[in-house]
Amino acid sequence: MVRAKLNRRAAASAVARRRFRFKYVWVFLVPSVALILTFYFIPVVLTFLISLTDMDYSFEWNWVGLKNYIDFLYKDPWIPKILGNTLFYVFVTLIVFNTGLALLVSLLTTHINEKVGASIRSLWLLPRITPSTVYALLWLWATREEPNSLFNWTLGLFGFEPINWRLEQPWLIVILVNGFVGVSFGMIIFTAALKSISNDVIWAAKIDGANTLQQIRYVELPMIKWPILFVITYQTLSLLASYEYILLTTGGGPGLFTTEVWALYIFDLAFRQYGGVVKFGYGAALAVLLVILGVTLSIIYLRIFRFRELMTEPKIEVS
Amino acid sequence: MPSIARILGSVFSYGLVLGITIPVILLYILLFISSFTTEMDGIFPRDFTLDNWMLVLRGSISVPGTEYQYPNLYLVMFNTFLLAVSVAGLEVILSSLAGYAISRFKFNGRSTFMGIILILHAFPGVTLLIAIFYILKTLGLYDTLLGVLIIKVALDLPLGIWIMKGFFDNVPWDLEMSALVDGCNRLQAWWKVVMPTVRNGLMAVLIFGFLSGWSEFIYILAFISSQDYWTLSMLVYAFTSGEYFYINPGVTASIAIVYMIPVVVFFLFAQKYLLRIQIAGKGIT
Repeated sequence: MVRAKLNRRAAASAVARRRFRFKYVWVFLVPSVALILTFYFIPVVLTFLISLTDMDYSFEWNWVGLKNYIDFLYKDPWIPKILGNTLFYVFVTLIVFNTGLALLVSLLTTHINEKVGASIRSLWLLPRITPSTVYALLWLWATREEPNSLFNWTLGLFGFEPINWRLEQPWLIVILVNGFVGVSFGMIIFTAALKSISNDVIWAAKIDGANTLQQIRYVELPMIKWPILFVITYQTLSLLASYEYILLTTGGGPGLFTTEVWALYIFDLAFRQYGGVVKFGYGAALAVLLVILGVTLSIIYLRIFRFRELMTEPKIEVS
Repeated sequence: MPSIARILGSVFSYGLVLGITIPVILLYILLFISSFTTEMDGIFPRDFTLDNWMLVLRGSISVPGTEYQYPNLYLVMFNTFLLAVSVAGLEVILSSLAGYAISRFKFNGRSTFMGIILILHAFPGVTLLIAIFYILKTLGLYDTLLGVLIIKVALDLPLGIWIMKGFFDNVPWDLEMSALVDGCNRLQAWWKVVMPTVRNGLMAVLIFGFLSGWSEFIYILAFISSQDYWTLSMLVYAFTSGEYFYINPGVTASIAIVYMIPVVVFFLFAQKYLLRIQIAGKGIT
C-alpha cells in the first residue's frame, strides 16, 4: 500500500521533472533584456564615449581625449561653487529632513494612538507621489513676493515686511521643497524598524523605570542603528542625483549658479544653454564623475549591507 | 491613573507631530481653495467663482492679450493618460516575465544579468540624459511620446524586475509542482497558478508605473519639442515657468487639481501598495 503510493509519487515527479526542463526561458527574458540593453546599458557606454568628445548639437564625434576632465579640474570657474552647493544641499537636506525629521515623525507617530499615527504617516507620502510640477507649484505660490502669498501673509501677521523669498532665501526654498519630499522614505524604514522591536524589551525598560525619553534614547535608537545608517547612505546617493525640484523652483538661480547643484549643471549643459552652445561632451564627463562618486559610496553601501545575499541562486531550482 | 507628566507628554507629542505635518496638508488645501477664487489673501479666498473651472471644462486655454494658444487641455490629458497607461502596462508585463525567469530558472548569464541590473542602479537618470538624447535622435524617436515611453520603461524596469523577483521568490515551489503534475506546461503554470498569487506585486508595479508615467516631467522637457505631445506636467510647468506665458493662478490651480486626481485616488484607496513602492526603492530624493 505504502509502497504503491511511493511508486506513484516517484512516477509523478519523473513526469514533472521532464516538464520542468523549460527551453524557452528566452521568451520571458528577451523583451526586458532588449529594452534594458538598448536604452539603459548602451547609454551607459555612450556616456563614457561622449565624455571623450566635444560633441554639441551637431552630434559629431570629435575625439578630444581627456580634455573635458582637464577642463573640469582646471578650467571651469564654476566647479568649486557647484561642488560646494552640492555638498551643502545634500548634507543639510539629508540631516535635517531625510534622516532627522523622518526619525522624529516615526518616533512621534509610534508613540501616540496607532490609528492617528498611521494617518499622519500616510499624509507624508503625499509630497512624494504628487507630480513634481504640481508640488513645485505649491511652493512657488506659497513663497511669491506679493504680500498675500502664504509665507508673506504669515510674516505680516507678526508685523514683518514681505520678502521676495526666491531672491533672498533661495536655499531655504530648495531645502524645504526637497526635504518635505525626502521625509517619507526614512519614515517608512524607521517606523518598520521601531515596530519590530520586541515588546519584552520595551516592557523591561519600563519596569526598570525608564521614562519615554530614556526609553527612546537608550532602547529604541540603539536598536534601529542599522536602518538609520542605511537611510543615511542610501539617501545620500539619491540626493546627489536629484535636481528636478531645484530646476522647477529656483532653476539654479537667482543669478548665476546660486543654487546650482552638480546634477542640475549636467542637465543645464545639455538642455538649457539659452542662446549659447550645448556641451554634450563636457556634460557627459560631469555625468561620469558623478557616477564615480556615487559608485564609491555604493561600494561602501554594498559592503555594509551585504547585498550579495540577495544575489544567491534560488534555493529550489530544477533545470 | 495617568500622571500629569504623562498627559503633558502626550499633549506635547500630538502638538509637535501636528505642527510639523500641517504645513504639508495646508499647501494642498490652499491649492484646492485657489481654484474657486480669483485671488488668495494668505489662507483666505477673496471671492468665489467657478470661472476657472468653466475655462478648464472648455479645454482651450489662450493667454489674454496675445496670440499664443496653449495646446488643448483634453489633448494634453489624453497624452498624459496614454503615457501613464502604457508605462504601467508594459512594466507589469515585462517585469513579471523577467522576474519569474530570474526567480525560477537556471540559465547561462543569470548572475551576469542580475549583476547588471544592480550596477545600472548606480547610473541615475540624469547621468544618461545626454546619451539617451543621442540614441533617440539616431533612432528617430526624438520628439515622440513613444520615445519617452520606451525610455521610461527601460529605466524603471530593473526596479520592477527586482520587485517581482522578490514576490516570485515567496511563492512556494510546491504550488507550481502540483500545477505541473496536474498537466500544465510551464507557461500555463506561470499564468494560471503563479501569477494570481503575486497579485500584490503586480498591483504595486502597476501603480508605480502609472504614477511614474503620469508624473513624468524631465523626459518630456528634454525630449519633446512639439506642443502636440505635451503632457500635463509640461502644461503646469509652462504656466509657472514664465518661459511661455503666465496664466491666471485660479486656472492653473484647477488644472493642477485635475492632474492630482489619480494621485489622490491611489492615495485614498491603494495606500498599502504605495508604502510597498516606497520601500522597494522609489526613494529618489
